[in-house]
Amino acid sequence: MTGRAAPALALVDVVKRYGSRAVLGGVTLRVQPGEIVALLGPNGAGKTTAVEILEGYRGADGGEVTVLGLDPRRGGPALKARVGLMLQGGGLDPRSTPADVLRLYARLHDGARDPDELLATVGLAGVARTRVRRLSGGERQRLALALALVGEPEVLLLDEPTAGMDPEARRSTRALIGELRADGRAILLTTHDLADVERLADRVAILHGGRIVEEGTPGEVAAGALPRLRFRLARALAPSELGDLSLSLAAVAATARPVAEPGDGTGSYRVDGASPGPDLVAALATWCARAGVQLVELRAAAATLEERYLELTGDRDVEAVA
Amino acid sequence: MSRPAAPLRAVAALAGHELRLTAQRGENVLVTIVIPAGILVFFATVGAVPGIAGRPVDFLVPGTLALAVIASGLVSLGIVTAFERSYGVLKRLGGAPLPGWGLVAAKVVAVLALELLQVAVLLAVAAALLEWRPAATSSILLFAAAITGGTVVFAGLGLLLAGTLRAEATLALANGLFFACLVVGGVVLPVDRLPGPVEAIARALPASALSDLFRAALGTPIDVLGPVVVLVAWGLGAAVLAVRTFRWE
Repeated sequence: MTGRAAPALALVDVVKRYGSRAVLGGVTLRVQPGEIVALLGPNGAGKTTAVEILEGYRGADGGEVTVLGLDPRRGGPALKARVGLMLQGGGLDPRSTPADVLRLYARLHDGARDPDELLATVGLAGVARTRVRRLSGGERQRLALALALVGEPEVLLLDEPTAGMDPEARRSTRALIGELRADGRAILLTTHDLADVERLADRVAILHGGRIVEEGTPGEVAAGALPRLRFRLARALAPSELGDLSLSLAAVAATARPVAEPGDGTGSYRVDGASPGPDLVAALATWCARAGVQLVELRAAAATLEERYLELTGDRDVEAVA
Repeated sequence: MSRPAAPLRAVAALAGHELRLTAQRGENVLVTIVIPAGILVFFATVGAVPGIAGRPVDFLVPGTLALAVIASGLVSLGIVTAFERSYGVLKRLGGAPLPGWGLVAAKVVAVLALELLQVAVLLAVAAALLEWRPAATSSILLFAAAITGGTVVFAGLGLLLAGTLRAEATLALANGLFFACLVVGGVVLPVDRLPGPVEAIARALPASALSDLFRAALGTPIDVLGPVVVLVAWGLGAAVLAVRTFRWE
């Protein structure tokens, strides 16, 4: 971190246990002013715990936590006024209205944004007096985001900010968050949506089993994955045929393993565990000729962020880029 | 960039928000205003208070004042806070620039404001419909002590339930306790008319102590030492337990 400004958010070697279970096993993560960092990981990886430690809602069992240079457990109201929070689930009373709840939070700050202007900015002016329980999931999310923004915070902690939104709301929310970065704010968001990462994040950290297993720009992380040999056959293979193909490929690359592409039963496959060298291509072609299966398509493709993420976490519930 | 609002302004904003939400909830208005006033008018009109010397209304006004305080602290505050906890509202407020005591202070201010309204409604109803007049020996000081003590006890009990139980369990238990207070709390039935062992238990409970204190404040000659000891003990117990066990989510 030499030569850079002090980070707005820092977790250094942070450990958190619930009972005997270690939820965070030495997590280090920094966010600079004007930067968006996405914390990506499967359910139960510790994303929310990491954010809650930065919020000061939970204490760490080890390591160092600073927010704007202060300990979030001891910063008090003065620090809380500088940090905007968006909790999973929103923390909204179903009987209140967007206008009421936003006006309340504005009054807890000295120097807050105008609630009416903010409601218009997040696209809720039309439902300002509708009870929260009648709002859609996406509208509630936008209200929770407005609560995070009302105090003009320098730091934003956004837990799953685009969850439950329709595609249009996701687009406008990403645009809004992108503008906040331009104002020099430091933003940490957790997500389960790879489009958030690819379209928004300056850096991504992948949290798995309580550790950061990969960190970098989205491009750097994707580049960490092996390129794959992908192919499509005229028909899907029977399990015995796939086993036979697997043996043939293993003869040239011991770890090569042909697998059906997720959600495809029509003959699309890729080879995991081996780079797509000429030997592998030759072995595949030879097997097809011997088995009498027509090879329709063959390519050696660069890996995606999604594939790198799956390699690292095995999490198949992730929302892929549409 | 912003700074925290002045603590008193923040507490006032939050208390005002609480009061507005309470006023919009039909069941809160029912349990805090309509039921105590309805019980006062019904029992005073039919004259159905056994074993008292004076007019029923003079027994019922302090009793329903106690019931009103129980409704505000235990039932309304307890249930609302329990649901706020289950919705994550309390957790979100914990991230707002409010001092640690601010949330509790706002809730207490909102409960006290609601109680002032309840007192005004009950006394106005008693005076207008039931020909009730305050006794010359009434004590404002004792009246204020009764409201303060009752609020600490029953708001403490409400927050104790809200901070430890599921919202649905708090809802059921608070309503059940409200009914128990109505029956054995000296509200419509003098405690000394209860069977012996039940009377002994009832006298150790804060509802009857609060009724007695209101009675003494409105001029009935009662020794206040016993009720004061019972209220203080329950108040300390409820407050300490609530603070120690309250979970924010």
